[in-house]
Amino acid sequence: MSPQVIDLFYIAASVLFIVGLKMLSKASTARKGNQISLGGMLLAMIVTILLPEVREYQWIILGVIIGTGIGIISAKIVKMTQMPEMVGLFNGSGGLASLLVGAAEWMVIDYNYEAYAANHPNVGFTIGAIYFTELIGGVTFIGSIIAWAKLAEKIDGKPVLFAGQQIVNGVLLVAILICGIMFIAQPTSGYANIIFAIIVVLSLILGVLAVIPIGGADMPVVISLLNSYSGLAACAAGFVINNNVLIVAGALVGASGLILTNIMCKAMNRSLANVLFSGFGAVTESAAGAAVQGEAKPISAEDTYYILEAAKSVIFVPGYGMAVAQAQHVVKELGDLLTENGAEVRYVVHPVAGRMPGHMNVLLAEANVEYDQLVEPPDVNPAMETVDVAIVIGANDVVNPAAKTDETSPIWGMPIVEVDRARTCIVLKRSLNPGFAGIQNPLFFYPNTRMLLGDAKASVSNLVAQFKDG
Amino acid sequence: MEPLLFFTFVLAIGYGFELIAKVPSQLHTPLMSGSNAISGITIVGALIAAGSAHEGMAKWLGLFAVIAAMINVGGGYAVTDRMLQMFKPKESGK
Repeated sequence: MSPQVIDLFYIAASVLFIVGLKMLSKASTARKGNQISLGGMLLAMIVTILLPEVREYQWIILGVIIGTGIGIISAKIVKMTQMPEMVGLFNGSGGLASLLVGAAEWMVIDYNYEAYAANHPNVGFTIGAIYFTELIGGVTFIGSIIAWAKLAEKIDGKPVLFAGQQIVNGVLLVAILICGIMFIAQPTSGYANIIFAIIVVLSLILGVLAVIPIGGADMPVVISLLNSYSGLAACAAGFVINNNVLIVAGALVGASGLILTNIMCKAMNRSLANVLFSGFGAVTESAAGAAVQGEAKPISAEDTYYILEAAKSVIFVPGYGMAVAQAQHVVKELGDLLTENGAEVRYVVHPVAGRMPGHMNVLLAEANVEYDQLVEPPDVNPAMETVDVAIVIGANDVVNPAAKTDETSPIWGMPIVEVDRARTCIVLKRSLNPGFAGIQNPLFFYPNTRMLLGDAKASVSNLVAQFKDG
Repeated sequence: MEPLLFFTFVLAIGYGFELIAKVPSQLHTPLMSGSNAISGITIVGALIAAGSAHEGMAKWLGLFAVIAAMINVGGGYAVTDRMLQMFKPKESGK
């Protein structure tokens, strides 16, 4: 094929990505959109294999089989509740791939600079692009691994802060900048390979330092930001190998990831800078304890049943705890029983509930909850007084009234589900400890709040059993 | 050549912002994992590196790049499809 024809096919693949992404953002066309985007990917891959410079196929076949196998099998067996970890890992492997593509191209340049420069008049530009590919790819790769470890609780989800953190970050950034200048200015020097290795290592360290200060409750922001980075890494790799389809697809992902990040930040009433650098959730003892007053009132499952049986309007507010307990199916069962009993049942999904944008929607969809029962906080907050029972399942910060009442609270100003104004609020919780973010929740001490302690799934199953007996 | 690449980049970024301006929160996760799969496009570079008969080290890097990129591509599309499948019955049930 002539270069022009190849470019046409790459443009066609780019168009498929654009159309696919557009369709992916509407519920009725989303699945088809994903398939169209897959079509674009396959087209780009086939065209690439037919390129004249691709002469050997054994490595390609081996890599495609291993990679596709790992990817598809893990996608099939992963539980819906573990989706944030999975997306994080896929994201990290994308960043790693871009990093390796950049490194491979550097090996080729380094092996015979004169020969490469003869064929590529803009070799200086390519080397600059390699630098950015390693930087963004490295941060995406390690950042995603750290995010995965925090979500899977392999490491502590709390923000890690240490004295002089900003100074260390500053020194690191300066070092990366200096290495970059040396690398781009003197790619033919004897130590260029060492500089390259240092750049990769420093990028990896930067990735670790960028994610460890961010708390578990802020993971929706981090996951969507890393998604944006993986797109930018692919984009940088596109500049390295002079390929339009990488640039278009990578830029699309970079931009859409940034928009999603922005939506998440708005849902928490915080700026992106505040999420990334403040070590949110590492609150001091005094700030965390300031709002504690009164005594939480526990309630038995039996009494909960009597309250629910008389209720005409019930809302469920799910959070990460529902995912941990895998309680979505029994919650839906309870919801159906309440509907049969004549109550109006709605599920209130806060945009940042869970550990990933849209996390709760995925779980409730898995449990076959009707779409028109899903509502967002602004739909219920104005008429909250008419709600008989609000059942909070494993959600904490998104129902914390301190966001409205306590200016010293770290979540002051965040839009919440105002369950404190419902007639009765029942909170399902494992214990009376503060939530993931470590912030004390005054909701537990409100006069109309009752605590149903225990594993969320067991508690809800118990309620379901009582309804069936009654 | 390079100014044209930058032009493409700027256009695509602008178009990306335009494209996703209003997304229902129900679709946040599928949109994220679906766009994550698209970022596996770096497979194009990986295939070239693995298939163009260079010196040993570059080829090894190419092989690992293909594996990593295909995990991203295969896993990303499969998991997105699995999620969107769950959303579907509700649409028809309405």
